[in-house]
Formats: sequence, structure tokens, C-alpha cells
Amino acid sequence: MVWKNQDTCAIVGVGATDYYRRGQSWPRTINDMAGEAILNACADAGIDVKQIDGFAYYSTAGAGYLDKFDTASLMETLGIPHVGFSATLTSGGGGCPGAIGLATAGLMNEDCTYTVTLMALQQLPQHRLGVVFGASAPNPENSFLQPSGLVGPGHLMSVLARRHMHLYGTQPEAFREVVQATRANTHNRPKAVRRNSLSNEEYNGSPMLADPLRRLDFCLETDGAVAVITTTMDRARDCRHKPAVVHGVTHGGQREWGRAFAWMGMPDPHFASSGHQYVADRLWEQTGLSAGDMDVALIYDHFSCMVLMQLEDYGFCAKGEGSDYVLSGKLRYDATTRGGTHGGVPVNTHGGNLNEAYIIGMTHIVEGVEQVRGTAINQVKDAEFALVTGGPASLPVSGMVLRRD
Amino acid sequence: MAYGPARALPGDQIAITTNPDTEPFWDAAKAHRLTACQCADCGHFRMPPSPYCPQCQSRNKGWPTLPGTGTVFSYAICNKNPKTGEDYVYVPVVVDLDGAPGARLNANVSGCEAEDVHIGMKVTVDWTAITDGWVLPNFRKV
Repeated sequence: MVWKNQDTCAIVGVGATDYYRRGQSWPRTINDMAGEAILNACADAGIDVKQIDGFAYYSTAGAGYLDKFDTASLMETLGIPHVGFSATLTSGGGGCPGAIGLATAGLMNEDCTYTVTLMALQQLPQHRLGVVFGASAPNPENSFLQPSGLVGPGHLMSVLARRHMHLYGTQPEAFREVVQATRANTHNRPKAVRRNSLSNEEYNGSPMLADPLRRLDFCLETDGAVAVITTTMDRARDCRHKPAVVHGVTHGGQREWGRAFAWMGMPDPHFASSGHQYVADRLWEQTGLSAGDMDVALIYDHFSCMVLMQLEDYGFCAKGEGSDYVLSGKLRYDATTRGGTHGGVPVNTHGGNLNEAYIIGMTHIVEGVEQVRGTAINQVKDAEFALVTGGPASLPVSGMVLRRD
Repeated sequence: MAYGPARALPGDQIAITTNPDTEPFWDAAKAHRLTACQCADCGHFRMPPSPYCPQCQSRNKGWPTLPGTGTVFSYAICNKNPKTGEDYVYVPVVVDLDGAPGARLNANVSGCEAEDVHIGMKVTVDWTAITDGWVLPNFRKV
């Protein structure tokens, strides 16, 4: 059934700080960076920051995984006079594009008129995401996981990747191709952290952090902030840029995935998946579209293997065929034709979390907006539809389709 | 890739906490008895232990003694001690527990070379003393 709020709201402003390697943003504070991203997003939208009256967060309003955003603090520092909506999706980075759906809920309920969705993170040594599971104090739930030494998200994900290889014959070269294909999109991006092309030798020389995953299969550890502004369609048409129309957006998931790799109880075939099947099916149902209708796919790539499994869950290929799909070159962007190759849909034309920067999914939303505006650095010709996904993790996960106006 | 012998992580660097839902599992482990949380009404197994049975919503729990054997469902191979950063080969495994369909434990496996661990490998429980007098179920290759 078509979503009642289809095409009623749009993202009208995007803003970011520089992207810093982990820990390098100090002595800036996290609210300093958040404020810059919000002010830049307002300037991009052509509105005054005093017009912001809504906040729609994800990751339980987390800034990184150990700091928290506080709407009152942001109002105080930026001089925002009042807010009518302040809410968050729960869990972590899985909800990133889902937060735009939350913004839509606030806007359609007429609680607010211009809504900020935001992420900032600063990975000082005591706040490093890569070891977040190992560093957290044991609680009764994670006491069934932590003692195994699966200390970081990548260690946990490698166990899912191993099962996928076992069930479907997935090749390690497919993980390499995810990294290489998306690395090829950063050479012309001044803000990207990794811009050199990636040879087989360099990838194969990258240390195995959690066999079968190498360091280069793990995303960057970045400091920085990104904010986007969502508003109603009537207001959107008065903003500076062409609106990026929210055509569909879903969050949630099913119990078989549930707490995912913080649990490891998922039955097959959910274990070796991205956990996105439920939100993907709903997204296609509410838009009437399918993977093949997408002009570009911005797939949350905290780990290379999870790109492959999301491509399966969203139906770019059948379950279990991700390895062949990736290895046939279908993720690549061809700058000459400004389109895909080998009949595929270009993936992560911005370089993604693996190569450009890791701001817990927000850079994927920015790229989706720029693609449907027609202003992306690696622009897909005549891009009408962009898929943006959130990180495979404990529920909720989420996905969104942005449409050209 | 050749990693060498798989070892369990040192027990003196492992801590757990419990709550009333999970403590019977850990109390059994102290007595070297492997159990899993089973619904006392419908018989459905669930791990980690939680207040309600997800199948029938009963709060009644049973803690049957399991054979202590299982099958490797998946695994990773790691080579740094997560606490110290020193070279240390260990293999986190997800184990399907015999006698408790649907219940899994996350643990380390030993008794073989790390590169010989495989999905479907049969394992048996191997108790590791950890901090505060608790005991952790790890596994050894059968």
C-alpha cells in the first residue's frame, strides 16, 4: 500500500564539518562540531537557525556511542527560540535514514516546521567505537557475549560473514571488491580520508583483525558532524536547492534478527544477513518500487561484508548470490557514462564509511540528497531515485528512498 | 593462513555480572553443570535467559542439565589479546547446544589449531575459572 506521507516532506539542507581521523578533532568539543554542521545545513537550505523547531535523532540521541545530544543544550548554544518536536529512534546506527521518517512524523503532525537530524562523534581514546563492546562494563546480557573476546562490531560481523561464506560459497575477493569499488569513488573528493586507489596487494597485506575480515574491511574511525534539515514540501520549494523528496522510509525489523550480533541467536537464513529484509520489503511495498528502479544505492558500509548482505536483503540480487553480484563489477560507478557498469546500480558514489568518512550513516544521506539534486561529485546521470540504508545492527534498522523533485 | 593452537582467553581478565533471570545459569556453571534456560510450560529454549518465554509468554523457567556437547555454528579467528593487545590466538565460536534446540552460547574453542576450526565441528564444554569466583563455559574440540 502506498505510504500516506509519500512525497509530503523533503530534505532541504545538508551541512558537515571537516572529517578528522579518530581523535584529531580535539580541542573542538562535540557541540562545537554539531553546531557547525547545523549552521552549515541551515545556510545550505537558505533558512535562519532560529527557524529550526524540531529535532529527530537516531541512535538514542547518541553522539557517537558514549556521548548524548541534548536538545536543550543545542537550543541554548545556537539560540533556537522554541522546539515543538524532540524525539529519537532507539538502538544505534541502524536507524540513521529512519530518523528522516521520524522527522516526517513530527512535520506531518504539525509539531514542527524545520527539523534537524544530526550526528557528531569524537573518538577520543576513551570513546573509541571500534572496541566499544569490549570496553563497556559487563552487564547481565552482554556477559553472554563479551567473554568470547568479540570486542568490536567488526569482530562480531566477521562471525556472520563466516556463516555466509559457509552457506553460499561467498568469496573473500567479494569483500575486497566492495572496498575497491567504493574506494575508486574518492580520488576526486577533497574531504575523503582515503583517496588513493587500492591495489589487490595492499588489500591482501592488510592485517586480519577478525578472520575473515581484514582491517580494510572495517570502516574508518572518524571525528566530525553532519546535519540535515527536513521540512514540508510547500516550504521545501522556497528553499535554496531542489528538494530531495522523501518518497519512502521505513524502520524496525523482525525478531529473528532482533539483537543481532549482540545475541547471535538468529536462525538461518537471518544469521548470515543484514537484518534488513523486513524494512526492505516494507520500503518496496510503500513505494511500489524495487531495487532495479534505484539509480544509486547508498549502502551503510561499516563492514564490507554487510554491503553484500544488504544488497541481497534489498533484492539487488537473490539471497546467497551477493558474492557473484559484487564480483561481476555491479557496484562500480563509471565516470564516463555517469552510470553503473555490468547492469548494476552504483553503490556508495561518495566512498562510504570505508573510504570517505564514518559519521554513523549521515554521509550516505548527504550523498543521496546531492544525487537527486543533481549536484553530486560523482553524479549519476539523471538520478531520480536514491536508496539510503542504515547500519545492520540491533533493531531498529532502516531504509529510505529519496526522489528527485 | 596458519595461526597455531587456539587458546581460550585468560580467565583472570574476564568478568561477568548476573541478574535474577540469568543467575541460575551461572550458578550451574560454578558446579560445572551446563544448562540453558527452558520454558517450564512449553519447553522452548532461550539464551541468554530472559524474563518471559518468547513463544508462550510464560515466566516459568526450567534449568535442565545438558549433555555439554555442541556444534560450531560459526566463528572468527582473532590474534590479539583484547585487553593487552599482545599476540594471542583465540577463536570466538557460536555454538549450537546439544539437547537445547535454538539455544546458543558464545565462547572460545581450544584443543585444535585455530585454522582447523570449522562450521559443524563437534565440541564439548571446557570450564574456565574467571574473576569473582565465577566459571565460564568454553569449549574444546571433541
